[in-house]
Amino acid sequence: MGWQRQILRVNLTEGTSTVEPLNMDWANDYLGERGLATKYLWEMMDPKADAMSPENVLIFATGPLTGTMASTSGRYAVVTKGPLTNAIACSNSGGKFGAELKYAGYDLLILEGRSDKPVYLHIVDDEVQILPADDIWGTTVWHTEEYLKAHHQNPLLKVASIGVSGEKGVLFACVVNDLHRAAGRSGVGAVMGSKNLKAIAVHGTKGVAVKDPKAFMKAVNHTKKLLEDNEGRQDLTENGTNSMIDMMQEFGGLPTRNFNEVQFEGTENINPAAMKKVHANGHRNLLTNKACFGCTIACGRIAHIDKDHFSIVNRPQYRHASGGLEYETAYAFGPVVGVDDIDALTFAGYMMNEHGMDPISFGATLAAAMELYEMGVLTEKDTDGVPLNFGNAEALTIMAEKTGKFEGFGQQLGLGSKRLCEKYGHPELSMSVKGQEFAGYDSRALQGMGLGYATSNRGACHLKHDTFAEDMEDQTGAGKAVACKSSQDRVSAVDSTGLCLFTTAAWGLEEFAMQIDGACEGEWTEARLLEIGERVWNLERRFNLAAGLTAADDTLPKRLLEVPAPSGTAKGKVNQLDIMLPQYYQERGWTPDGVPTNETLSRLRL
Amino acid sequence: MKHIIIGAGPAGVIAAETLRRTDPAAEITIIGSEPEAPYSRMALPYLLAEDIAEEGTHLRHGTDHFDDLNIKVLQDRVTAVKPANKTVELASGASEQYDRLLIATGSHTTRPPIPGMDLPGIVNCWTLADGRAIADKAAAGSRVVLMGAGFIGCIVLEALAARKVQLTVVEMADRMLPRMMDETGGDMIKRWCENQGVKVLTSTKVTGIKEKDGAMTLSLGDGSAIEADLVVCATGVQPNIDFLAGSGVATDMGILVDHNLQTSVAGIYAAGDVAQGPDFSTGKQEIHAIQPTASEHGRIAALNMAGQPTNFKGSLSMNVLNTLELISSSFGLWMGVPGGERAEAVDKDGFKYLRLEFDGDVVVGALALGLTQHVGVIRGLVQTKVKLGDWKDKLLQDPHLVMDAYLERTQGIASPASRPF
Amino acid sequence: MQKSLLIDPAKCTSCLQCEMACSFEHEGVFNPAKSRIKIFEFEHGARAIPYTCTQCAEAWCMHACPVEAITKNATTGAMEVNEAVCVGCKVCTIACPFGTINYNKDTGKVIKCDLCGGDPQCAEACPTDAITYVDSSWTGYERMQEWAVKTQTHQA
Repeated sequence: MGWQRQILRVNLTEGTSTVEPLNMDWANDYLGERGLATKYLWEMMDPKADAMSPENVLIFATGPLTGTMASTSGRYAVVTKGPLTNAIACSNSGGKFGAELKYAGYDLLILEGRSDKPVYLHIVDDEVQILPADDIWGTTVWHTEEYLKAHHQNPLLKVASIGVSGEKGVLFACVVNDLHRAAGRSGVGAVMGSKNLKAIAVHGTKGVAVKDPKAFMKAVNHTKKLLEDNEGRQDLTENGTNSMIDMMQEFGGLPTRNFNEVQFEGTENINPAAMKKVHANGHRNLLTNKACFGCTIACGRIAHIDKDHFSIVNRPQYRHASGGLEYETAYAFGPVVGVDDIDALTFAGYMMNEHGMDPISFGATLAAAMELYEMGVLTEKDTDGVPLNFGNAEALTIMAEKTGKFEGFGQQLGLGSKRLCEKYGHPELSMSVKGQEFAGYDSRALQGMGLGYATSNRGACHLKHDTFAEDMEDQTGAGKAVACKSSQDRVSAVDSTGLCLFTTAAWGLEEFAMQIDGACEGEWTEARLLEIGERVWNLERRFNLAAGLTAADDTLPKRLLEVPAPSGTAKGKVNQLDIMLPQYYQERGWTPDGVPTNETLSRLRL
Repeated sequence: MKHIIIGAGPAGVIAAETLRRTDPAAEITIIGSEPEAPYSRMALPYLLAEDIAEEGTHLRHGTDHFDDLNIKVLQDRVTAVKPANKTVELASGASEQYDRLLIATGSHTTRPPIPGMDLPGIVNCWTLADGRAIADKAAAGSRVVLMGAGFIGCIVLEALAARKVQLTVVEMADRMLPRMMDETGGDMIKRWCENQGVKVLTSTKVTGIKEKDGAMTLSLGDGSAIEADLVVCATGVQPNIDFLAGSGVATDMGILVDHNLQTSVAGIYAAGDVAQGPDFSTGKQEIHAIQPTASEHGRIAALNMAGQPTNFKGSLSMNVLNTLELISSSFGLWMGVPGGERAEAVDKDGFKYLRLEFDGDVVVGALALGLTQHVGVIRGLVQTKVKLGDWKDKLLQDPHLVMDAYLERTQGIASPASRPF
Repeated sequence: MQKSLLIDPAKCTSCLQCEMACSFEHEGVFNPAKSRIKIFEFEHGARAIPYTCTQCAEAWCMHACPVEAITKNATTGAMEVNEAVCVGCKVCTIACPFGTINYNKDTGKVIKCDLCGGDPQCAEACPTDAITYVDSSWTGYERMQEWAVKTQTHQA
């Protein structure tokens, strides 16, 4: 109940698939999705293995609440060793693919080895086929989805796939499902490409049962009502995540022109109001909002590009609706590269979805390249004749497409900012942690965010902790270690349920616990979830330590630690990681070198 | 007003009920020749497969259904119709007077003119009595030969397989379901059956059958022979019209009826398998021996008989079949029209097939294998002649977008910009 | 007063709560593949249409059934499938020109919307009021019903 109690293991080297029972001891200790996949990964592979080698294991994991009527039940996670970070990667996605995988009867899909030829998986309930991908290799995500549905004569197939970027090993290639939802970060798409796996197409008809239907539905209705009445939720529905852009602009936490600035003059051209604005020619960027599976929030945006915009004026194939701007894409194609042309931003978003790339890493890498260009380190000779000055909207659209197709300078951008900046002799310009680029929050204005970035197990990430309230209230390092640690544990638990982090606008762990308790055998409490979250976090840490990472990797770029914020509420401030990090290690029960103590490990039964 | 209905199948029963609703005071009599409660042949295979009991085949449930509606059900056989004095003569010697007459006598099975076809080990699968006979003889493991792989043959095939007999199908034509499926579909169904252990011989004639010690030997056209404990003959049916000889009611293959389902003789109507009426797709008079046509015929004939002139736009030829869980369907002019275009998706290994035939931008026919969800919209598209516009090109690319095309073209969609924000 | 489902596609976010609610009510598990109501998406999700049976007056499915397995619920007006009587012949699935009665391979019978006996769970679960259950007199599923008339095989 809750779980399907079954996993599908595919060995791409051997070309075999086997179904085996879910290890329920592990499920009870790690719940599902992020946590459970981390446990399987830990047990299955040597963390030192090259992320792009056949020894890496790629896991698609649903949670016990995935596919149930709990709001936002469409989540699944892709867990593997990430090539961008050489650390554990856990990328979470919505859409409809995750629930479909669960309906086919599987909690987890584990992919091992490497196929010697391009293949894709076709899964319809118990029937699992590894099929040649010759007809789709080298094509886009959008084409792949359309092709597979037509080829298998099954419009109900849900598809997760990679674009050319993933095939060619762009280090921030992602896995895209349902056209524009993505397991976006850390290069999980490159891992899929390294296995010669183009796509997973799945249709499931088995359904998900729950332990106590009455109690479960009571909990679901209660928690849905909490969401319905919540102001944060209402804002997400109406404005999407991009409502954050105005807040960050005002606060002075909006990374601009590769973090040289923290406020951007062009936000009003790319904020939610701009998305809704009806232009003289009748065009409006935003068409509607859209939900992922089971979601009663529906923060997703569906937009389209002005048909006369330079990006598509001669390309009618893009005159259709698709995924629109969210906060992180608005940031990554906007302030951080200095562009405020909403259609150019929207087009760049199309490119990310169509070709399967992480917009955050792409945008921040382009920002670093733009800084290199403005410094004269890169010239038009390097950049295929495209002037890479900050604010160049055309450069944004061209480079987004080139990177997606792995052409020209796009191949260099595909290295990610860390390797690109090292290559051109300026490692300090990469705004990243453990090789992964920052999301749209400046660590000088948001202190706890900086600590979260520095300590996140998958490299810089805004989604693995939540110190937002504390950061807005107080712009020093005080108290952030405690908030960061406890929220990391909470978020790790939430990421293991099969539900979306955005529900935490209205829910605490108690609300998750009551739903899991209705769905799953055993007794589920807030305390148990918190313990699971902490266990998951520590296991991820162990993976990273075993992979060769050390405390030295828990840091921020000098720009954030030494160069004060030039404006905004944090003007004159730098991030106080030096104060927060030792407190954090202590709070975690780790040694001053960032290693979990034996006491901590045994307390967590690790 | 006195209505006589000859035939207690679906067309007859639905006509009687419709008459009762439309004309509460009328006198209504159904004359059925079989000694059974009115039942559905469609349900026979499920009886054979032992999915249902005999009551499960009944057209109507509850013992008093016809009494409650004041519909008289007479078991007898009509031997002649005398329009001059508006009577029908019965095998029992009696005769019945009518004001309006509906002929819904259905059809009977035919056997090919082959030596030995009258052996007792050869049965049809058409009536409840046939069903009982097969159930009696088709024991698990017994050798059964099914002659004919048309629609009826294939329905029986499923039931026989469920009885776990050793089954061989012999079909004269070059494929299974020659009149419902094209070569692609027929071949896929054949391969599907073979994969499930059924031996299928197409382009094969039975030239003679002999019996020795209860076992039969079927000689085949290629000189070989097969042994059988039971032979089920499903080679064809013919409308029951012999009793109309001399009545003046015009017949061709069946009874010719017009757009009011009236025959050439005023006051006499025909419905169901026996009626050769307007075809929706061609406008010609055709026999569509299918349940939906029987039902529509019965209803519309009754309305006209009750004095409510009702014009029938024609029946759409369509069928759905389950062959060992491979589901196939056909609609309208699936073979296409001159100058028309075809959208086709074939997955031979996956046993999926969809063929749409267009006349201009209108779907006029379709074949489908492995399609079970929303399949009815194909009828909707054909029947309403929906102009598909630019959706046609999309369907030529991927015919499985047929539901999307249907929804967009028929249900209309509010502009998404009308969202509250 | 007879009620019917009123569907406003402009409000649908394609969350599929309705499909889960439907399958949960009828099958006891969350399983959109067995839902009697389906969401269809167009243009990368820019538009979505919830779609189910309108309980049309013509009742093609009911008339096509050879064994009287489909009957009209006098209270709700819904055409209901009596699973015990249905033999699984699927004639109704090709007869219904709306495609809203479908074969369920797991049971060998057909399934269709039965308005949950007068308390439709899809409407209950819909977070945006894209599906509501209201008096038939002022909703009527106008579009579909108009179309139902076009589909008739006869005219008076």
